[in-house]
Amino acid sequence: MNAPILKLFGLFLVLFAALAAMTSYNSVINADAYRDNAKNVRPQIEEQRVRRGLIRARDGSVLARSQLESSGLYARRYTSDGALFAHAIGYDFLRVGRAGLERERNDALTGKRSELQSVFDELRGKRQVGDNVVTNLDPKAQKIAIDAMQGRKGSVVAIEPATGKVRVMVSVPSYDPNELDTQAGADAPLLNRATQSGYAPGSTFKVVTAAAALDSGKFTPESTVSGRSPVTISAVPLKNFANAQFGDITLTTALTNSVNTVWAQVAERLGNETMAKYMKRFGFLSDPPLDYPDSQMRPSGVYDLQKEEWIPPSSGRVDIGRVGIGQERLQVTPLQMATVAATVANDGVRMKPHLTDRIVDRDGRTVERIEPEEAARVMSTSNADKLTTMMSNVVREGTGVGAALQGIEVAGKTGTAELNIEKRINQPWFIGFAPLDKPKVAVAVTLENIQGAQSQGGAVAAPIAKLVLQELVK
Amino acid sequence: MTARNRELFALIPASLLVTAGFTAVFIQRNDLLSDLSLTYGLIFLCLCLAAHVVLRFTLPHADPYLFPLVAVLACFGLVMLYRLDEDFAREQAQWFVAGLIVFAATILALRKDHRVLERYRYSIALAGILLLLLPRLFAPVNGAYLSVDLGVITFQPAELAKIAIVIFLASYLRDTRQVLVVGARRIAGITFPPLKHLGPLLAVWGTAMVLLFVIQDLGSSLMFFGAFLALVYVATNRISFVLIGVGLFALGARVLYAIRPTIENRVDAWLHPFNDTLYQQQAGGSYQIAQSVFSQADGGLFGQGFGQATIQLGDNPPILPAAHTDAIYAVITNELGLLGACAVLLVYLLIIERGFKTAMLATDSFSKLLATGLTAVLALQVFVIVGGVTKLIPLTGVTLPFISYGGSSIVANFILLALLLLVSDRARREAQAR
Repeated sequence: MNAPILKLFGLFLVLFAALAAMTSYNSVINADAYRDNAKNVRPQIEEQRVRRGLIRARDGSVLARSQLESSGLYARRYTSDGALFAHAIGYDFLRVGRAGLERERNDALTGKRSELQSVFDELRGKRQVGDNVVTNLDPKAQKIAIDAMQGRKGSVVAIEPATGKVRVMVSVPSYDPNELDTQAGADAPLLNRATQSGYAPGSTFKVVTAAAALDSGKFTPESTVSGRSPVTISAVPLKNFANAQFGDITLTTALTNSVNTVWAQVAERLGNETMAKYMKRFGFLSDPPLDYPDSQMRPSGVYDLQKEEWIPPSSGRVDIGRVGIGQERLQVTPLQMATVAATVANDGVRMKPHLTDRIVDRDGRTVERIEPEEAARVMSTSNADKLTTMMSNVVREGTGVGAALQGIEVAGKTGTAELNIEKRINQPWFIGFAPLDKPKVAVAVTLENIQGAQSQGGAVAAPIAKLVLQELVK
Repeated sequence: MTARNRELFALIPASLLVTAGFTAVFIQRNDLLSDLSLTYGLIFLCLCLAAHVVLRFTLPHADPYLFPLVAVLACFGLVMLYRLDEDFAREQAQWFVAGLIVFAATILALRKDHRVLERYRYSIALAGILLLLLPRLFAPVNGAYLSVDLGVITFQPAELAKIAIVIFLASYLRDTRQVLVVGARRIAGITFPPLKHLGPLLAVWGTAMVLLFVIQDLGSSLMFFGAFLALVYVATNRISFVLIGVGLFALGARVLYAIRPTIENRVDAWLHPFNDTLYQQQAGGSYQIAQSVFSQADGGLFGQGFGQATIQLGDNPPILPAAHTDAIYAVITNELGLLGACAVLLVYLLIIERGFKTAMLATDSFSKLLATGLTAVLALQVFVIVGGVTKLIPLTGVTLPFISYGGSSIVANFILLALLLLVSDRARREAQAR
């Protein structure tokens, strides 16, 4: 009977070899595929074992830190006034996932190094720790902005024009990232209105039209255009606000008084191609180059709600006259409009906006500094100067006086997108910057669905912009 | 060096291993070294020494490597369980003591001649079948009737039944093996056993099918039937009998697959572990098998190290279910890597090798068949659970012998070891006398 016993042993050798082969397949050969499997939560858990870096405001105050839990994992804790920074910073939790800067800067925050460096660190017994992220956010200005909103839905964005540093990013309503589980609400508090909401820009868009008019060489601030009302734009009559009549007026006057008929004619004369070219230069029509997750940003442009698609402004389907005054089907984000103001302020050069200032390791050494980076030259320096002068008139004597500061000149433009004319429901706007020479800050303010006689951009948005500018020009 | 001295020396590495293992877990846990690990190592060494003394006096000629190899697995199991949950390890240590007592008792009871078992073969067979049917009286666990919950302890009768059935088969086949071979007929190129003796064999096949049907567990049926076929093959040296058996089993399993949802679920979960519906299914879904392979993928070549596997977070439901029983091999791969897992497989292979060696040395047919059957059933158990966890075959819940948490498993496997050593002692003594 010994021969069959030997053969039986041989069979078991084969069976066990199959077990070893299968274990090799699972643990080594196919391991990467299993690790990438969407049902595998281990990689996420692994990241929670790392002490995640701090996120700091510009002044060094800690906005987010990690705390070791009894489960052996680190959990994120946000500053007690976490609602102040919730949208910019985002959150990082095992169960709900990751958003905002927490997501965009995850590699830095978890201290992810190159494969070789990790092996090296492991051999030296160094534990993986996350680097700290220092943001450009200004807690004081942030608080001033959110308080000034008084709970009204909308957004405030402030950018340093020369560098693109994002000083303020406010979206109302906000949420407490420490209590994320209870945040599902009808007002969509998780939505970052600064980057995710497409609003009708109203007359603030006239700054884009004016830039195109001057820089294309077809107009100067002194060019005169008839301001009578109504005029026919794309075969449909267009009226001025309150059907006000103006004679032949200069573009400067037309901007100061926000004369719709003038700017619609200017846009028509420039044509779809030119308008599209300058919109593109300002950063419209594509995701903003912010250090923020793509899934939480949207481009600005002309959007067809019925067909759910973007329409290129160069297309014949677009009424470019009405685009020129911020109507048509324009949808813009507050971040985009702040970028428009910042570009004019920065001598016509658009800088890439960035929330992160630098990445610092645990020992305080700067690992990476986000340097100012030019995104595009939109117009010449002299044209930017001319536009600045025009915009300063708006605040000195026009619709934007609400944003005027004592002793410091402010340039700006108001906007009032009429959402429901009968019920007088408006989307008020203000974009602007200060001071005029060497501007320190550019701002965009907008609020949703403001009703009543005093619901224009000059009355509602300009005073908020004033408070933020006042804080940031210091 | 005598066999017993060799055994004694071989126990030293086993004790060092348990000390090292506990030390590793302690270091990982507290970042400080406790002398408790030395205490555990010492207690373990004393227990093994006690068993060794029993062997020295009762079975001086028995195989010297079997016991130390089992001790390595048992101590490895203790360390793994300690790392998962101290309570598991404490209970397992108590079962380890109980197992050693039963081990000694078995040896003392049968040391004159283990062949007395043959006299009680029908009683033993009946006891085995009753044990298998016992869980039907209780609620099923994961859709299978494998364990009996007595409140204080959970008992898996199949563990003991497998030994009873091997004893019966070894005894029955010793009687009939000659006639099975002599009376065989060739029909259409296949050798069939004589009709007169086909009956009992068909009865065994029928029993396996009934078991599959009754306990609703493919893995243990495979284990029993596999052991039966191994014995038939060794007894008759007729591969055709085995093929007929395999064919019948496959046929039966196919029919049952179609009519029993539990088996169908198991197979579907094995074929499509990442299917959304199966993955989210509460009972009998593919969650466990999916997590098991993820856990292994986490291990890589060298593993994450003791205590580093992700098994459960806080009080939430475990990420890897049944980590201390069914899925312990996945945890081993996760923490010790492919190399650690292969080392464990190698230890089993060495035990199997010693088991078959014992069978080959034995002089009488019953002892040969008994040693073969016991070794085969142990090997098949390892194959069924490791194969299930690694997604080689559908996953079923049997324990990984000597490593998994479970009292009945430890006790039953120590009885199995005692029987192997009894056969070995007689065989080696006779071989020396020649």
